[in-house]
Amino acid sequence: MATTPIEIGKKSGCAASSCGSTSDQMSHLPEHIRERVFNHPCYSEQAHHHFARMHVAVAPACNIQCNYCNRKYDCANESRPGVVSELLHPDQAIKKVIAVAAAIPQMTVVGIAGPGDPLANPERTFATFRGIAEYAPDIKLCVSTNGLSLPQHAEELSRHNIDHVTITINTLDEEIGAEIYPWVFWNHRRIRGRAAARILIEQQQRGLEMLTERGVLVKVNSVMIPGVNDSHLKEVSRVVKSKGAFLHNVMPLIAEVEHGTYYGVMEQPSPTAQELQALQDACAGDMNMMRHCRQCRADAVGLLGEDRGAEFTLDKIEAMEFDYEEIRARRAAVQSAIAEEMNKPKVQVATVSLASLKRRAVATPPVLMAVASKGGNVVNQHFGHATEFLVYEASEAGVRFVGTRRTDQYCVGSDHCDEGEDKLALAITALDGCRAVLCARIGITPWEALEAAGIKPDSDHAMEPIEEAVAALYAAMAEAGELSDAPSVGASVA
Amino acid sequence: MALKIVAACVNCWACEPLCPSQAISAAVPHFIIDAKKCTECDGDYADAQCASICPIECAIVDGFDMPLNPPGSLTNIPPERLAALG
Repeated sequence: MATTPIEIGKKSGCAASSCGSTSDQMSHLPEHIRERVFNHPCYSEQAHHHFARMHVAVAPACNIQCNYCNRKYDCANESRPGVVSELLHPDQAIKKVIAVAAAIPQMTVVGIAGPGDPLANPERTFATFRGIAEYAPDIKLCVSTNGLSLPQHAEELSRHNIDHVTITINTLDEEIGAEIYPWVFWNHRRIRGRAAARILIEQQQRGLEMLTERGVLVKVNSVMIPGVNDSHLKEVSRVVKSKGAFLHNVMPLIAEVEHGTYYGVMEQPSPTAQELQALQDACAGDMNMMRHCRQCRADAVGLLGEDRGAEFTLDKIEAMEFDYEEIRARRAAVQSAIAEEMNKPKVQVATVSLASLKRRAVATPPVLMAVASKGGNVVNQHFGHATEFLVYEASEAGVRFVGTRRTDQYCVGSDHCDEGEDKLALAITALDGCRAVLCARIGITPWEALEAAGIKPDSDHAMEPIEEAVAALYAAMAEAGELSDAPSVGASVA
Repeated sequence: MALKIVAACVNCWACEPLCPSQAISAAVPHFIIDAKKCTECDGDYADAQCASICPIECAIVDGFDMPLNPPGSLTNIPPERLAALG
């Protein structure tokens, strides 16, 4: 049974992702693209609450060096791109996909993202895709690449029914590129400096053009590196949109000295959540922006923000037996039920109370509110269990999703992961700038600590749909005069 | 005349398909180069292919145990900085 695309973004008026509610994120996309991404958790903010994905780590080799990457690193506690626990051969990867599809029927997407570059390992990458297409033809296939080898593989990618490709494009300028990439391997030589950046940039742009000409959906990832490419990324957004990329994902640099990367060791600062959001908002005038990226590991499994990879290690899946037809039928049933649920008409988001706010003499400023959710687009997670928060901007205009904050962003391995590390302090740091946090339940200690930090804890909206809950809390806080002194988070937004 | 892969290798597979002499193979604890087959790419390429794509400094050495990619040559991290971190 085929799933049906949800009706998203039917509201007229504003096409930019920076206004209206989050379900408008895809509103200006053509219908045929919305149909292709409606159940893709990485491409649709709405879908990521419901549908799962997995990465299979079959591509170890890389053909470039990025200053935010360290090829030596492999830690089960670490969550960021380029990191895996177990490298798979294509046949192992296919078996793992089937095992995960059996256990997590809401999985719609399998991607290859490393730990190196998938297109620097073309035999392994394409063998994996062929096998998945044979056993699970309904699962969407994606690949994420640095773009260096993209032009030579663009034709094959389009033939393999891989209709989603992500290219990491950090710059269009070879001078900036030379600061990000120390070398590329090209035509049997290691090329350095500006010459290396020139080759990489040319290949990325040509690859982007070739894919969009062939009808392949292209998302562009950019790593925001303050002082290096941050002021340039608006231009990147404009250019990649003009060449047909449908989504731009500006991600924060992850750089900790413990990671052993160039930027980590050299203490290059990462952007703050506020700086990231300001840049995403600035780019949003030109381009559909992605806000819910979790910068997954190259072997992540499950809903975005969760990782069930440890349940599917090789020793566990080797022993499993599968009934492919049964798995496929169950997957179709579960996914169409989710699609139906998503298609239900949405309750208008507290428009009455928001409208009444507008009549007040003093305008209520927009504020950020965080939500603890374990999926389903509902406020349904205990504060103490949250490893990340969804952040929404509530204003008189409505509620919009602006990003995620991870509490374990600075986790650097098991020595630092125990309870001794003050999880509560990490959570409060992650919530910097938020005026409230909505969760299913919360203990008295964190409640008091949050209040002391000027963040209002709220569990009154447990199990409610997120956007309605945020709107209701915003209205209530405004009514109670709790927001009159709020810093205007929207002030910096262009 | 042969190159050698040493303990710094992280088993990333990048070198293996590039070797014009099929001298490189996966092994435990790390990849190895068959000294009888390795030509250091003489006659095939200007640069030794394994050492030209290897991302790890000091993982590939020549017949005198000298690294083809010495410390600081691939990541631009000054070796003294790394040393200071322990």
